[in-house]
Amino acid sequence: MTTIAHPVSPFRRTVTAIGVQNSSLLLTLIALVILMSSLNENFLRTNNLLLIGSAITIMGLLSLVQTLVIILGALDISVGSMAGLASVVSAMVFTSTGSSAVGTLAAIGVGVVCGLVNGMIIIFGRVNPVVATLAMLATYKGIAQVISDGKAQGYTGADDLFIFLAKGSLAGLPTLVWVFLLVAAVLHFLLRYTDIGRNIYAIGGNDTAARLAGININRYIIGVYALVGVVAAIAGLLITARTGSGQPTSGSEGLELLAVTGAALGGTMLKGGKGSIVSTVLAVIILGVLNNGMSGLGVNPFWQNMATGTLLVVAVVLQQVRGGERRVGLPV
Amino acid sequence: MATSESTAVLTAEGIGKRFSGVTALDGVTLDFRPGEVLALMGENGAGKSTLLRVLSGDHGPDDGHLVIDGAPVTFDSPRAAMAAGIRVIYQEPEIIPHVSVAENVFVGELPARGRLVNRRTLHRMTREALREYGFEGVLRPETLGSRLSPAQRQLVEILRVLTATSPPKVIAFDEPTSSLSEHEVDALFALIRRLRDSGVAVVYVSHRMKEIFQLADRVAVLRDGSLIGVEDAASTDENRLVRMMIGRDLSTLERRATQETGRVVLRLDRVSTDDVTDISLEVRAGEVVCLAGLVGAGRSELAHAIVGDLPVRSGTVELDGKPLRARTPGDAVKAGIGFAPEERKTDALLMQRSVRDNVSIAVLDRLRRFRVVRRAKERELVAEYVRELRVRTPSMEQEVRKLSGGNQQKTVLARWLARRPKLLILDEPTRGVDVGAKAEIYRIIDGLAAEGIALLVISSDLPEVLSLADRIVVLRAGRVAGALDRDDATEEAVLTLAIPATEDAEDTEEIAS
Repeated sequence: MTTIAHPVSPFRRTVTAIGVQNSSLLLTLIALVILMSSLNENFLRTNNLLLIGSAITIMGLLSLVQTLVIILGALDISVGSMAGLASVVSAMVFTSTGSSAVGTLAAIGVGVVCGLVNGMIIIFGRVNPVVATLAMLATYKGIAQVISDGKAQGYTGADDLFIFLAKGSLAGLPTLVWVFLLVAAVLHFLLRYTDIGRNIYAIGGNDTAARLAGININRYIIGVYALVGVVAAIAGLLITARTGSGQPTSGSEGLELLAVTGAALGGTMLKGGKGSIVSTVLAVIILGVLNNGMSGLGVNPFWQNMATGTLLVVAVVLQQVRGGERRVGLPV
Repeated sequence: MATSESTAVLTAEGIGKRFSGVTALDGVTLDFRPGEVLALMGENGAGKSTLLRVLSGDHGPDDGHLVIDGAPVTFDSPRAAMAAGIRVIYQEPEIIPHVSVAENVFVGELPARGRLVNRRTLHRMTREALREYGFEGVLRPETLGSRLSPAQRQLVEILRVLTATSPPKVIAFDEPTSSLSEHEVDALFALIRRLRDSGVAVVYVSHRMKEIFQLADRVAVLRDGSLIGVEDAASTDENRLVRMMIGRDLSTLERRATQETGRVVLRLDRVSTDDVTDISLEVRAGEVVCLAGLVGAGRSELAHAIVGDLPVRSGTVELDGKPLRARTPGDAVKAGIGFAPEERKTDALLMQRSVRDNVSIAVLDRLRRFRVVRRAKERELVAEYVRELRVRTPSMEQEVRKLSGGNQQKTVLARWLARRPKLLILDEPTRGVDVGAKAEIYRIIDGLAAEGIALLVISSDLPEVLSLADRIVVLRAGRVAGALDRDDATEEAVLTLAIPATEDAEDTEEIAS
């Protein structure tokens, strides 16, 4: 056999190296940045870019873990409520103990418990993940409202840890952005390099095959939901830090849909088994740039919603066309 | 030939069909005549089901075409075939679970005024149909689909066909009696004769010689996707049909050399599950034990129970002399059992992922350091088994769905070889695999036995069972019907144990329902 050297264009080679999905996301992002900066001279200023970074963190964190759950073949729409509950708990525990560390741990503990409850309802109650987490979306929100009487709780704006989280920076980047990047890096590592990640892809790809190959899929499902709880709690802590108090609903309501939007725009397949953290990060940045850019241009927020929705539909339609799906019945 | 063509209501001309490189049908030409029962025979995998699926519009043929009343037709969907009057009654019909028998029968053609369904008319029509076709007392119009026994489900499907607004010209039955009791079989045969006398062309697929000679006017025999011949039922006999079905290939299947067998690796002692009762058997190191029996005898269910995927209700499973209480397949894998299930595409493989992912999935816990998968080691291991089993793939990064059936099966085998199990359970390891790959899989099984692995192989392919097995355990209706040593084993002996005798029919029915 002789090897025939095919002339491969540098463009093609780059696309293959970073993947078609990421390439198209990257091209979209570049186009968007060029468009926004040509319309608004302030867009590319450092302050504005840092603002985008801070603005996407909370929603971005939830998109990252949503990606993980979707790869597993499930969905968690209680993430916003978990963040709200964690936010209230962090502020209330901080107020009663005076320690932001204890408040933080309490919030993360609440996140773990909520996530475990989600996972156990799904596994042992045999409830469809969407229905289970829909029920818990209402339940966790209700708990947050009951314990806070529906009001913002405590004042955390004078505490060093919360100030650092909300306004601090390290090496020129806001703490918020660091949190997002750190969580993204950990999840990326988990998915790409560990056996845990391989098994998550396997379960999402074919749960029967995964089970018969010896993977304890119940343990993985519960574990992933618990991890979602932890990250949702971190998002809740950031809400507390940014607003200076524990918020039962404001700042967290509707986040579950933004989380799914980020994951779906990143090309995560809703039937499971396919998706990547890098793609979701790119998608989240695109959404941040779109919103920030339109705000900077003074576009009415109602139009921004429409733009987000249109972008998502166009992106998914393009993915499906490329995948060559037959146009019969409900798509997967 | 000219006369037969002029009387045929449907003709298959040179039908060929391939699935990812495996030839399922090859140039099959056959005519179907009104007022005649044509029996279709052949071993498992001979192409009978594929032919039915081509007739029913489920699969478009790759070569050839169908001719109806002298004009070539192409069916792009089962609906088009139905409209042309061709209906196939499958063994496992689609029954809507949450609606009644009446609605299941008339689905798509419900009696309605405007959009409102007239339930009373519907039930009256169903009762009339039941009376007319002799199924009164077997089915009630009100029963929910989910509560029907396999036999009743099949009757619903038959009623669907008979009550359709476009009267069927060709009706094919795919092994209709496998789930029916004797009484129901009599009713079905009476019905089939009535259909034939009214001018319908009946196609009847069955393994049961007795039925063939009771019903058929002509018998068509398929082997390895080709039509071997068509015989007049009146002028042929059982031996001749069997020879046509088995062909000369049988003698070319060599028997494995006998191995020195070692310690007992797997011992089942009076194991009962929801599907099988009091199963006791042993598999020794270096031994190949085949589980034979009819489809539905409980062989696959027993395998799933051994690996902890279905609950064991009583009895004990021992692995290497130690009791094994596998509550999940994960427990069984850790204990040293590998299991390649029957449905490799849906139950074994990650079709969208690479050969590498599919092989390494069961050994990741041995390839990791601090939970990080060591990629170089992984590639080395996968490459070793891909080479050893001769998995034909452009690279180990190829998606498994792009491989042929045989290479997919070898990928599953590579997964378990990489794990180095003490016991390997293979459920129908050569189903849907072409002849060449089959021979390679036999060679692999041979090699594993020589290395001292205990093998439990489930197979419905009798020549395969006879060639592979050191011992054959035959299951019938969830129980061990008997065991044969390789020297006593013949196709006839296995079949005699596998097929329920008439007095057993009641038992079978009880277990099935």
